[in-house]
Order: sequence, then C-alpha cells, then structure tokens
Amino acid sequence: MKVLSGKAAFKGVAIGKIREFGEKKVEVNRTSVSDVEAEIARFEAARDTAASQLGVLYEKAVAEVGEENAAIFEVHQMMLEDEDYLDGIKGMIRDEQLNAEYAVSVTGQNFSEIFAAMDDDYMKERAADVKDISARVVRILAGVEEGGAAMEEPSILVAEDLAPSETLQLDRSKVLAFVTRKGSTNSHTAILARTMNIPALVMVSEAEHVDGLMGIVDGKEGKLIVEPDEETLKDYRDKLEAQKKEQELLNSLKGKPSVTKDGRKINLYANIGGVEDVEAVLANDAEGIGLFRSEFLYLQSNDYPSEEQQFEAYKAVAEKMGGKRVIIRTLDIGADKQIDYFELDKEENPALGYRAVRICLNKREVFKTQLRALCRASAYGRIAIMVPMIISVWEVQTVKEILEKIKEELREEGREVGEIEFGIMIETPASVIIADELAKEVDFFSIGTNDLTQYTLAIDRQNAKLDMFYNAHHPAILRMIKMVVDAAHKEGIWAGICGELGADTTLTEEFVNMGVDELSVSPGMVLPVRNKVVNM
Amino acid sequence: MKEFSYTVQDALGIHARPAGLLVKEAAKFPCEITLKCGEKKGNAKRIMNVMAMGVKKDNEVTVVCEGDQEEEAAAALEAFFKENL
Repeated sequence: MKVLSGKAAFKGVAIGKIREFGEKKVEVNRTSVSDVEAEIARFEAARDTAASQLGVLYEKAVAEVGEENAAIFEVHQMMLEDEDYLDGIKGMIRDEQLNAEYAVSVTGQNFSEIFAAMDDDYMKERAADVKDISARVVRILAGVEEGGAAMEEPSILVAEDLAPSETLQLDRSKVLAFVTRKGSTNSHTAILARTMNIPALVMVSEAEHVDGLMGIVDGKEGKLIVEPDEETLKDYRDKLEAQKKEQELLNSLKGKPSVTKDGRKINLYANIGGVEDVEAVLANDAEGIGLFRSEFLYLQSNDYPSEEQQFEAYKAVAEKMGGKRVIIRTLDIGADKQIDYFELDKEENPALGYRAVRICLNKREVFKTQLRALCRASAYGRIAIMVPMIISVWEVQTVKEILEKIKEELREEGREVGEIEFGIMIETPASVIIADELAKEVDFFSIGTNDLTQYTLAIDRQNAKLDMFYNAHHPAILRMIKMVVDAAHKEGIWAGICGELGADTTLTEEFVNMGVDELSVSPGMVLPVRNKVVNM
Repeated sequence: MKEFSYTVQDALGIHARPAGLLVKEAAKFPCEITLKCGEKKGNAKRIMNVMAMGVKKDNEVTVVCEGDQEEEAAAALEAFFKENL
C-alpha cells in the first residue's frame, strides 16, 4: 500500500482500477515515396478525416461549454483548410518525394514556430493549436487511435493534466475520479469534476506508474491510496456506501420545491464563477443563479474583455437557465483579486481600499462596457444585475442613472433590452444600517456574509491567530441579517444571502424563520440545504 | 482596386476567433483580398496568414480588394470589421 498526497479539488470517495490517460505519441520517420500523387491523396484523405473529427468535437463542445468556448475547434478546422499550410505539406511530398507523416509533422512544426516567436502571449498559445492539428493528421495517417485511456470499466483516471479537447472526448460514465499530477483547484479538470460531482485530486506529483493498479481516491483528505490493504479497503467501502446513501437521499429531492412542512418557501439558488458551471447548477436542480461572479471574464484575459465577449458569456448562461433568474454581480476586483491591466496601486489596506463599485464608478468606460453587455443579454433570459460593496445611497443612484442611459442608448441602436431586476450586495456594516433607505432604490438585497463578517468583527480570516476570536455565528451578524430582511420586506422587496453562511445547514432553519427569501450556495450544496428545508 | 482602413478596437486584436470569421467572410468573394498592417501583409483568405500578422488593438489595418466583386467585398468587410473588431 502506498499513500500519495496532493490537493483535493472536489470531495468524495472513489474506489476502482487506476487508468493512465496517455497522449499516444507517434514515431514519425522520414522515408521516400515513389508514387507522390498517391501519397498526396493519402494525406488529403487523412485531412478530411481530421476535419470531420473536429466537426464532431465542435458540436459536442457547443453543447457542453457554449459557442464562445467551442470556437477554438472551428478555428482548428479552418487551419486544416489553410492553403499555405496545405501547400507546404503537398510541396514537401511532391518536390522531395517524402512521406505524408513526415511532411505534416515538419510543416506543423514550421508554422507553430511562427506563432511561438510572436510577442503576444495569446498568439504564442496558438503554436500549440498548429501542433495539435498536425498531430491529429499524423495519428490518422499512421492509423493510431486517439489518445485516451482504455476504460472498459469505470476507473480512476490519472493524467498529467487534461486539456479541454481531451476531457470532451472522455466517456464520462466511465470516470470514477480524476487525479492529475499537475493542475490546480481551478484547472479545467477540477471544474469538470465539480460539474460531474465526482472526486478530484490535483498536484499528486508522485502518481506515476500506477496504471492498472487498484486505487482509492479520498477527495476530502487529498489522498490517492495505491494498492490499499484489506483493512483500508473495508474502511473506504463503508465510506463509499454512506456517500451513496446520502447521494440517493439528495437525488430524491431533485424536482421538489424547497418548502417547509408548514408551507414556507425559500428560493434555493447557486453561485457560479463561469459559464461552464451552469451544468452543475442544472444537475443539482438549483432554482436559479444567485451569484454569477463576473470577474472570471476579466481574470482570464490579458486586457479588458470586450462587450461582445461579455455579452456572449452572459447570454449563454441566461439561455441555458431558461426562464430562471440569473443574478450577475458586476465587476468585483481589488483587495485580494488583482488584475494586471487595471494597473491598481499597491495599498496599505486593500480590504478597505479601491475595489469593486469604487473602481467601476471611477473607470466608467469599463463599467459601461459591462453594463451594455448585461443589458443586451437581458433579451435572452431573466437577468438581474447586482452591485457589490455599496455604502451610500448616492452610489446606488449613480449606477442606476448610468444603467438607464445605457438602456436608452441600446434602444436607440435598435437593440432589444429585457426586463432587468436591479439589486445590491449588502456586505458593509454601513449598508446594513441604512438598509431602510437603500431598500427604496432597488429590487432586491443579497447579503454577502464573508465580507460583512470581516468588516463587522474586524477580523481577517486569513490570520490564524485570530481563530479564537472568530465566530461565524456571531450574534452581531445574525442580527444584521434580520435587520436587512426586515428593511427589505418593509419596502416590499426581497432579500437573500449569497455568502458562505448561506450554505451553513446549521443555520438554515434560523434563516427561514427570519424570513430570508433566498439562499445562494455552491451547486453541490443546493440539495443538502433543500433537505434541511423540507424537513423543518 | 478598392480599399479601406480601420483601427482595431477589440481588446485582443485579431485573435483566433475573429480571424476565423474574417477568413470565412473573405472567402465569399472571388477577388483577391489583402490585409496590410504596418510592414506586414497577409492574404485575408488564409487563416494562418491573418493570425501570423498579430494585429493588435489600436493597430490600423488597410484592406485591399482587387478583382471581381471588389466593391461588394470591400463593403462587406468594412461592415464586418465594424461589427466584430
């Protein structure tokens, strides 16, 4: 028995055979051919096969991750039709009487070097694309099956890291858990695991030469146990059994309303950080999206994301959610979330500094781009806009003025704008105290308990020395929540919670009793919270 | 010959996705379509060419259409740039 440690990316236990996901390398030799026309025909046939494989991948990607993210496969297809690329390959076959495998591989290398030499990080990545399509054609020419793992039975998949094109090709019903030697808790694999609701470990650097062995993944402790002994195996079989029972109970709650025995209803929404999380939202039967963190759009790119890029992302989420409410939080950076191109100064005290709406009201153009994208997306679903870090009424009024102007502008351009609910985050003590005034300005409140707790208790949660003073259930916080809910109801608007406290099932009953209208939690917590609600 | 100039507004410049769309649009016309940006030149119907030019935000691009349907091509591409880039 060997215990390998890494970082847990998603909880849960899995027991099964370990399979290595291998990129199959094809040995390319340089040989001479006598019939060049036949060799060119062989190349063209392989190229057609590659193009149709990419077509299938594109369709699959559109369905699973949306058109915007799938576009890369369409670009791959176009590269395969590029005349310069094709001429390069055919020229080598014809003029030098070389075999197609070699011509494709060398031409792919040449083109990828052009991209690799560019002074633009984005374009440098395209070098990998050219290599990727060339490798695909070579594989087809050589008659080698695509990379992957031979999984006859559901297995624990081990890989260096998994690219989007690779995870798309997986037969998901055969994957018990993901283990990667590289990657991070935010890597593509980790996100996929959360979506699929299966355990995942990342950074298990020692997980080598384990193909075919028996293994246990402990997604809580972050361990991969290879060839476990009988006792360990039994222990984990019990855990797995308990996990299955729990999951069955939760699955039975899907499609059921979140209503208490005495008929009180609460909206159970989910928090997401990107378009790809929507699958998990739907799989866990959330009734809407209570917090869509729009930062990912800004964190992912090297420069301000365009209106079009943002619009596509918001529209994709709105459409996927059908008519369900999607609350999108406007840009919330600063403090612990820094983005280079915003060129923010270093601050002595970033939590109390230049962040969130404070940046938006200073960099109006950036804010307007986001609001325009949001308004345009509102024509495709039920979009609500929520502004973070509010402390004063004038801030809310200013944002509303900007928003109204943008709606007018869009209508003048002949664009459709849907009904948009407008709300704010309540996450500063100031906003709690003036909640009665703020409630007159907005359609809803969403309480961000993480920041509210930090500001109210004056405790930085990263500081371990303060643990003895920290109390997540501090009466000050609970009373504040009650104040906010009461202030909202007095003006006839609703109030929800989107911070971590919302997912705390020991408080669910108290929240319902306070009259909280909505709880927004991570997708995996929707059913556990609903379980609590229906049993009270 | 018909030509027009356009300053790229898109934050990422002519990156993979718009390059793909541009090539698709250009392929609809029989004339030759050339992109010029500073010293660099490229065939607008060839994706590797377009991408390898590495056109960035605020770069001025000149699009030259020559041959059959050059008028229509220039008008369509000008509209394309305004809409997508």
